[in-house]
Amino acid sequence: MASIASSSEAAGPPQGARRRLSALREKETWTAYLFILPWVLGFVALTAGPMVASLYFSFTDYGVQQIAGFEKTSRVGLENYRTLLEDPKIALSLKNTFVYTLMTVPAKMMVALGLAMILARIAYGAGFFRTVFYLPDITPPVAIGILILVLFNGSVGVVNRALGLIGIPGPFWTTDPNWIKPSLAIMSVWTVGGTMVIYLAALKAVPQHLYEAAAMDGAGPWRRFFNVTLPMISPALFFTFIVLTIAGLQTFTEVYTAYFGAGSTGAEAPDAALMNVVYLFRQAFEFFNMGFASAMAWILFAIIMVITAIQFVVSRRFVFYQGGDKR
Amino acid sequence: MVSRWSRRGLALAIAALCAIVATSIASAKPAEVAGVQATQAHTLNIYGLGGRDDVAQGRLDIANAVIRGLGHSVNNPQGGFNDQTFLARLAARDIPDLVHMGRDSVGTYAARGILAPLDGCFKAEGIDKNSYRKAALSQVTYRGKLFGAPEFTNQITIIVNNDAAKKAGVDPADIQTTNWKRLKQANKKLLRIENGRLTRIGFDPKIPEFFPLWVKWFGKDMISKDGLKAQLNSREAVAALAYTVGLINDHGGWNKFKAFRDTFDFFGRNNQVAADQISAWPMESFYYNVLAEGNPVNITAKFFTNRKGGPITMLSGNAWAIPKGSKNPGLACKYIKALQADSSWLTVAKNRFDLRKRQGRAFTGLYTAKATADVKIYEDIYQPMGNKDFDQAVALLVRAPRYAFAVPLSPASSEFRQAWIDAINRVLEGRQTPREALDQAQREAQAAIDKAK
Repeated sequence: MASIASSSEAAGPPQGARRRLSALREKETWTAYLFILPWVLGFVALTAGPMVASLYFSFTDYGVQQIAGFEKTSRVGLENYRTLLEDPKIALSLKNTFVYTLMTVPAKMMVALGLAMILARIAYGAGFFRTVFYLPDITPPVAIGILILVLFNGSVGVVNRALGLIGIPGPFWTTDPNWIKPSLAIMSVWTVGGTMVIYLAALKAVPQHLYEAAAMDGAGPWRRFFNVTLPMISPALFFTFIVLTIAGLQTFTEVYTAYFGAGSTGAEAPDAALMNVVYLFRQAFEFFNMGFASAMAWILFAIIMVITAIQFVVSRRFVFYQGGDKR
Repeated sequence: MVSRWSRRGLALAIAALCAIVATSIASAKPAEVAGVQATQAHTLNIYGLGGRDDVAQGRLDIANAVIRGLGHSVNNPQGGFNDQTFLARLAARDIPDLVHMGRDSVGTYAARGILAPLDGCFKAEGIDKNSYRKAALSQVTYRGKLFGAPEFTNQITIIVNNDAAKKAGVDPADIQTTNWKRLKQANKKLLRIENGRLTRIGFDPKIPEFFPLWVKWFGKDMISKDGLKAQLNSREAVAALAYTVGLINDHGGWNKFKAFRDTFDFFGRNNQVAADQISAWPMESFYYNVLAEGNPVNITAKFFTNRKGGPITMLSGNAWAIPKGSKNPGLACKYIKALQADSSWLTVAKNRFDLRKRQGRAFTGLYTAKATADVKIYEDIYQPMGNKDFDQAVALLVRAPRYAFAVPLSPASSEFRQAWIDAINRVLEGRQTPREALDQAQREAQAAIDKAK
């Protein structure tokens, strides 16, 4: 594969315009476009369109009366963005979201990698365990939200009972503001199945001869892990790092169910659980400040874009692609 | 090749056009008939009624019969009111004719011009506004106009677990809210902590939810009558918050208290009273049904009293409202009238009484937003069930709405409520003093009201 890559580089790319023209003449290109057309149409109609609309709404007083068509939508300039800066709950919700993401992303990656490495070594019953580990991933997030309250109840929860067996008095996970986010992060680790499957596929793709060569050079298990395994699966790690970070920053359903919706009376919504998207949802669908909520959505989008860009820049030093240099 | 495809395409297009025209011609005659009927027959589209027990279904059947008797139909799919769904329907201009929603939501929608005033409806159909409880009406009245027809009252009274009081050696007379000092002493005796674990709550003040009741103890309201001026950081509100948080802290703090309360089998047979997990707490009227159907309990129902010893209670519940843009507001109004006629309430109350009798279960009454219906149900249908605890509770519940108040509607009801709930949570979590928390809540609530009005 490396030789193919180097030979194509040696031949040099055809001139851009000529290459594009010749590509367009090929039947396969049109077939490919035809196949992706439904997605493109769906993206334009269901994602890009609403995004553009929400950008416009973020500069307006769009609310329930405008939705119903009883009042005209008025432009308010940067008013919604100014309010964002003045609302202390925005800073609070962003802080909560960042802390949660910082807790959940490394935890999920480490647990998923650990499970994948165990599964990669199991000769018999790997399929069974793969299914078992993946099952929580298909559990509805609403059910997980309820489970958080049941498992982490400070009085009779399973987690504290288990901790009690080894002599550790468990905290009040669901009521103590200091423990609400850790409990949410721990619960999120329960759903590492998808990440684990990605790592498992990446681990299986690591050429065995690299391990053999390393072993012959005297590398022990840790050395092989850090110098062979990690570099070889770094694209998968990077991909999940990006995806999990975005998911963490957008976390909603489990938290909303547990503390703001079905799982609670709604009267005991703790500030410690107020994630950014939860607050956005409340502004939009409980307080009907759609313009403000749109501004919130765009700020979060910008934050995610910046964080992702930073991740890409930093990744150039750590991610190794087969057939290419570190990028 | 291209021309051949073009010809084929043209032929297909013509064929499709012919098919559409033919279908239209074929269906023209029935459509005219339907059109004639459509000018006479309408479908009343209803949205927001979720769980339907015998009482709800019985009243729906009565109202449906009235509408169908007029030659119209009713479309009333089961599903509770949800803001998102309602907004989606508004956006799609699929506006329901009649909506069932929480009374605390009515103000938010009314202030934004989404609901139509019902004063004309009540007048046209001869619905007597005076037959409704004043407090319930105040929850659906915004700027002097009526925007909803309230249904139930859910009045709050104190439920005392007699067995717990007896075990703790507390005189049930001391479980009252007039004398806060005595209540605090009783609370400390009633709560039970074993090996550092809370195993029974003494007196649960039920905050944040019932905080307005504790402020009313002083005779004060948390918002002005017109719903435009928040009064969250009054001296009285601060005192009420400090006191009620103190009752909770006596149990070892909010974390311990709530974690234990979350373990209750609230609607189950082995509920917190049957399981001896609580001694006393203020609770809405519906909960007597839960207790009546659970494992045997020994209870006393008491009024929540103010500082002078007078009974007070707070109402809550749902209401029927007609959205602006409803295609059939007249029919919707007739439907409301049929649903809430005294005769309808009496019919379903009688049916429930008979049903419960057949099942050998207790009938704990119906508590509607109409005083006239309540009186008739109690006098004509209700019969003491032979269980002195529940008979006493029913007698108290029937009287309770006379002493009722409700938090007045505000154009930012949701945000107003959230502001004081958040404040109480901050105090419960120990992050702010009552004064700091309520000052912040006052600022947040007033800003939201000013923006919405």
